[in-house]
Amino acid sequence: MTLLGWATIAIFALVLTALAYPLGRYMARVYQGERVFLTPILQWPESFIYRVIRVDHKQQQDWKAYARSLIVFSLAGWLLLYFILRTQTLWNFTGLNPEHFHSAPWNVTFNTVSSFLSNTNWQYYSGETTMSYFSQMAGLTVQNWLSAGIGVVVAVALVRGIVGRSGRSLGNFWQDIVRTTLYILAPISVIGAIVLISQGVIDNFASYLTAHTVTGLTQTIGMGPVASQEVIKELGTNGGGFFNTNSAHPFENPDGFTNFFEMLLVLVIPAALIFMYGKMTGNRRQGIAIYGAVMLMFLGAVAVAYIAEAHGSPAQHAAGLHTGAIAGSGGGNMEGKEQRFGIAGSALFDVITTVTSCGAVNSAIESYTGIGGAVPFANLSASEVIFGGVGTGLYSILLYVLLAVFIGGLMVGRTPEWLGKKLEAREIKLAGLGILITPLAALFCTAMATATSAGRASISKVAAGGPQGFSETFYAYLSQANNNGSAFAGYTGLVQPAAGNLGSHGISFADLLGGVDMLFARYAPILFALAVAGALAGKKVSPVGLGTMRTDNPTFVVLLIGVIVIVGALTFFPALLLGPIVQGLTGHLY
Amino acid sequence: MRRDIVTSIIAILLFTLLLGIVYPLVIEGVGQVAFPGNANGQKIYRDGKVVGSKIIGQAFEVPVIAHNGKPEEKEGEPVLQADPRYFQSRPSATEGGPYDAAASTFSNLGPNSRLTKQADEERIKEYLALNRPYDPGLTVAKIPVDAVNTSASGLDPQISEANADIQAHRIAALRHLSSSEIDALIAKYTSARGLGFSGEPGVNVLELNLALDRIGR
Repeated sequence: MTLLGWATIAIFALVLTALAYPLGRYMARVYQGERVFLTPILQWPESFIYRVIRVDHKQQQDWKAYARSLIVFSLAGWLLLYFILRTQTLWNFTGLNPEHFHSAPWNVTFNTVSSFLSNTNWQYYSGETTMSYFSQMAGLTVQNWLSAGIGVVVAVALVRGIVGRSGRSLGNFWQDIVRTTLYILAPISVIGAIVLISQGVIDNFASYLTAHTVTGLTQTIGMGPVASQEVIKELGTNGGGFFNTNSAHPFENPDGFTNFFEMLLVLVIPAALIFMYGKMTGNRRQGIAIYGAVMLMFLGAVAVAYIAEAHGSPAQHAAGLHTGAIAGSGGGNMEGKEQRFGIAGSALFDVITTVTSCGAVNSAIESYTGIGGAVPFANLSASEVIFGGVGTGLYSILLYVLLAVFIGGLMVGRTPEWLGKKLEAREIKLAGLGILITPLAALFCTAMATATSAGRASISKVAAGGPQGFSETFYAYLSQANNNGSAFAGYTGLVQPAAGNLGSHGISFADLLGGVDMLFARYAPILFALAVAGALAGKKVSPVGLGTMRTDNPTFVVLLIGVIVIVGALTFFPALLLGPIVQGLTGHLY
Repeated sequence: MRRDIVTSIIAILLFTLLLGIVYPLVIEGVGQVAFPGNANGQKIYRDGKVVGSKIIGQAFEVPVIAHNGKPEEKEGEPVLQADPRYFQSRPSATEGGPYDAAASTFSNLGPNSRLTKQADEERIKEYLALNRPYDPGLTVAKIPVDAVNTSASGLDPQISEANADIQAHRIAALRHLSSSEIDALIAKYTSARGLGFSGEPGVNVLELNLALDRIGR
């Protein structure tokens, strides 16, 4: 550990808060239909899009109509993406497949499409040996945008339901998705992509470069339109790497500055949404209370990961290596980590992308120490409410807030009220179901995959026969159920003997179970969140009285953290014991 | 419902056009005009040929020549060994041999795995064999971790300063350079932390080795 390492973490938290606060207020204005500084530029393209897609954006939708538009739109996206990926060679006329890659097999494609639709971006394929530039752009990049947008609009609809004082309307899905894309994602993406290129992220359509190295060998270097996808991959908490090693690849993340910048991109919208919630409820402190709760849990996770990775691994120590910091080397567990990020820059990135649904990695999670690797596990086990994905984080934590208010109400023996609205059986049931979907999906799939030989076929050779094999499996289905997408990357669903997909085949069990896992754990909670919004929207607001439990003070923050830890993390505790915790507690080598 | 279907089909096609075609083309265009070097991967040329990318590491290895004068082969692939006259990059686990920049891969070696320990021990042995003759005080405990642990991408262009300093002994002896000359070169190709605090300093191995060749000893 170094002082600069801790400073990086502190500076990050401060810069993030400073950026997220104004962005949250800006987003509130956008969704409340107020004028913002971009309105004069964007109102023309906005109304042009409404005309082309033939919607009356002023028409208000109740939760069922809102959900129907969302589901039908997602289905159309799923079908188009499947078509594009399965007909990869058909698009060779565009010149955007210089390496002549064939399509991946149907089962891997099913997994990939479900993955990008659900904002998971789990990847059984490796980008630079599988996907043409056309598939990356017109296929995957598009869903990087839209899946992020869908997450945000659900959160916005839920907030409208919570604060709504007139009828059952949650807004208009089409207006929300178009505004999210134009007013929030687009400006940050365009500027961000140019910043990334200015620092060395590549963006071209060239065929792979052949270099004649210093010692006379040949090196082939993968190319592609990286920057445009990189920025929305982070900003939309997608996380699907253009290259196999994701943000560890120097062309995706060339130095310490881009690493810091990409981390900000990942967290800025999830953090801003919490402030937006405060603004839209008309009580800033509501947002600040939730922000405080998640920031505390976030910093705790970062500290544990940083200390564990700086300590080094049992394997390193057994080999006789000294893992402390020395002059000219930061030390620590550098297996699967890049020199330019070091331990702090890797651990921080790892926590940021696993508290959110991003799942991008700049270091190999599979090579993290037992305790360091338990941190992403714990983050995922909390069902990604610690900031969480764009939108998904806010609507998930609001379901937890509802549960916390209910439990608090029971403790003081009064009808629970939230922002003046009485909480009744229907909302609590819906919120409870919404919260339990993710653990249910994750644990069920893990059990299936552990118990069957078809499931165990995916475990990597180096991890078989020890707790690491279980960790890999558990992490795979936990990550997919949380729509995260990071991986203990040895776990595989694609056997690819050569580049270009020649002779490759998928492991159907892993591909299909994972695909269904992702879709179910994405859309079921969305429907429950919208149903909660619908149930709350019609309720009358009663004035705050003496007996009302406050949801904007430190007591509530503690209660909320308690509920998240007990409900979220403890659900997974027995499973966690079998994998990462066993590894963290022993110096034994398997 | 029918309205939703019609709107969804038009919308997904329109968004694909705008976000999947127009947006990437615009960014590519801006990148190619404003930062052509970066956008194309910071190629480095030597004698008119591309020798590599500034930010992609490479293996500084040469084929092993057998007693019969032919390159030694194992399973159809030439066997390679470190060229001691160059600074060596970090170990790499990419699939098609080290530093295969067309297929980046993690090693995925676990923290409690016997295989990880074995891999570390092998690399420690190689590192000592390469460097101890020129740096007699070198022991296992003094080896910086980055020298024997694989990087995440398998394409790490950098090594730690401590790693470079150890290898400097070997380079100085084999190339008949003074240690101050080498130290100056190492300092020249060491990049600082981002914004002064983010990440770790690192030495760019490719640039350093090219500079050594330019000196010509």
